[in-house]
Amino acid sequence: MINLLPLIRNECLKIIKKKRFYVILLILLILVPMFTYAQMKVAERSQNKFNSDWRLEVQQQITDNQNSLGSDRIPEEWKAYRRIFVQQLQYYLDHDVNPNEPSGVTFTREFLDNSVSLFIPLLIMAVASDLVSGERTTGTIKMLLTRPVKRWKVLFSKMTALLMFVSLIVLSTFLVSYLVSGLFFGYKGFNVPIFTGFQINGDSVDMTAVHAVPQWKYMLMQGGLIWFVSVVVALLAFMVSVLVRSTAASIVVMMAALIAGTILTNMASAWTTAKYLFMVNLGLTGYLAGTPAPIEGMTLSFSLAVLAVWGAVAVIISFAVFTKRDILN
Amino acid sequence: MSDVKNVGAGAVVLSVEGVRKKIGRKWIIDDVTFDVREGEIFGFLGPNGAGKTTTIRMLVDLIRPSKGQITVCGYNVNRNPEQALQYVGSIVENPEVYTYLTGWENLQHFARMQPGVDEARIAEVVDIVRLDQRIHDKVSTYSLGMRQRLGIAQALLGRPRLLILDEPTNGLDPKGIKELREFIRKLADEGLAVFVSSHLLSEIQLLCDRVAIISKGRVLAVGGVTELVARNSPYVLWELEPFAQSVQILSKRPDITILQLEEVTLDDSVIAGMGERSLITVMDEELIPEIVAILVAAEIEVRAVHKINPTLEQLFLKLTEGETID
Repeated sequence: MINLLPLIRNECLKIIKKKRFYVILLILLILVPMFTYAQMKVAERSQNKFNSDWRLEVQQQITDNQNSLGSDRIPEEWKAYRRIFVQQLQYYLDHDVNPNEPSGVTFTREFLDNSVSLFIPLLIMAVASDLVSGERTTGTIKMLLTRPVKRWKVLFSKMTALLMFVSLIVLSTFLVSYLVSGLFFGYKGFNVPIFTGFQINGDSVDMTAVHAVPQWKYMLMQGGLIWFVSVVVALLAFMVSVLVRSTAASIVVMMAALIAGTILTNMASAWTTAKYLFMVNLGLTGYLAGTPAPIEGMTLSFSLAVLAVWGAVAVIISFAVFTKRDILN
Repeated sequence: MSDVKNVGAGAVVLSVEGVRKKIGRKWIIDDVTFDVREGEIFGFLGPNGAGKTTTIRMLVDLIRPSKGQITVCGYNVNRNPEQALQYVGSIVENPEVYTYLTGWENLQHFARMQPGVDEARIAEVVDIVRLDQRIHDKVSTYSLGMRQRLGIAQALLGRPRLLILDEPTNGLDPKGIKELREFIRKLADEGLAVFVSSHLLSEIQLLCDRVAIISKGRVLAVGGVTELVARNSPYVLWELEPFAQSVQILSKRPDITILQLEEVTLDDSVIAGMGERSLITVMDEELIPEIVAILVAAEIEVRAVHKINPTLEQLFLKLTEGETID
């Protein structure tokens, strides 16, 4: 009887030797400095404009948004979003906390917020999408499945290796963006208070539950949510790679789903049953920051539940198909 | 289905009983039965598309048969793959290994997937297939022949009792083919049961002890290669002058049948060497000297007499009644 540990070791070894993880690190090392630089330019400009007084800057943002509320050309959904945004900014102003305090930590927090629904899933697909389909494309699946090992064990070892690498990818995204942006903005900022707990009802914000948490704590919560999203995306990509024979097709299917999610999120609200789709539920960190959900009725626990169900179904389908299917070519 | 008594007398290692496979609405494999014994090389012969690869995939649990059962050393391959497959080493179609790993890493990878294979055993199989010079290079730099050898090393890792090779000579040069043949024979002499599929009739004839002939998903015959071949009388090719007169003489003999050129399938090398007015007969080879004497007495110039050994191809054509090969 073959133990699972050597099998998991095999799978990790293959992922490393295929240099997928290096590619991901390379992408991060190229893109993060670009984002950091852009962010620095933005900070510089506003500093010149407001003479380093962040209160003036926030006040200006509030005024701008309020002005646009009067315009007829702006759709109603956007106005609702802006009303909420104005209320949040006002809250920060009232409590004398700079929401945009430039620091490596703040940059990392914002970067992670922005990358949770597309960028990180994309990095994960680089590993997940060819775990099974790659073996079928090259034909090595035949060698793998003709060894005296039950098929579920082979698949389980792949899935375990995948989850390990997903965790590693999330961690390295955090580390790279912190280390790189720290070069520009400094490495401090872990104790800056961040407000969370905004309850959104229609187009007003319920502030009763709002409380400040130090940024490091906020980022731990954020990291947990991002990890959860990443695991679900990884399991779905893994399922697609079990179902589809070619890696290219597997990547296209997942990309299409993710991009459809971004488009649907922007179209928002009108089609409410879309909230059961996994791809519109990926922006979990938005609930922490108090960004309005793309579709009414979505809450943090709702999104967590939807993602959990999708993930579980993906696992069931992967195992059911992989253990039964004839390998015809 | 005809059966000729077995040549090898070892224990049955692989037993295939009434295996059938339906894909979609079609029975791809329709009743395949045979045994492979210890120490013998068993050929699995059939044209492309006859169901050879599908059958092989069923032997190693890549495909589940719809009916029938396959046992290796007493274990059902589909129900107890963990027990059954530890006795099997196989290469299904091409020896596909991980090209981004070195040969050694590939072997380590597969060693972790079976019990009782340590580094010493890996070094041993590397030595057996003589890959020691290049074993630490990436497989992507290997030639086809080297990949083939790495595939065999991988198959031998777990000290199998049954070795399954699917078209093993594909892509090898004549020297490589000869080496492989000797190598397989050596393994069989050490007691391994070897199962080899091929669409090349000469290949099976040169390599195998027993053969199963498969066409359209059915096994047409199972038997010793020599016995199956012995069922066919050889062709004798004549070049005689004058032609008409010689036809007359030969056709008078009841023990000689003259064949029309269209009815026979011959190797290209034979056809290339044939004159335009060649005669092909089926007859006992013992009769040749007698017939030559008769022809000479009748003042016919005997320019060439050429005995063509019967091939499995002839047998195959007889069994399938003219279904084309390839």
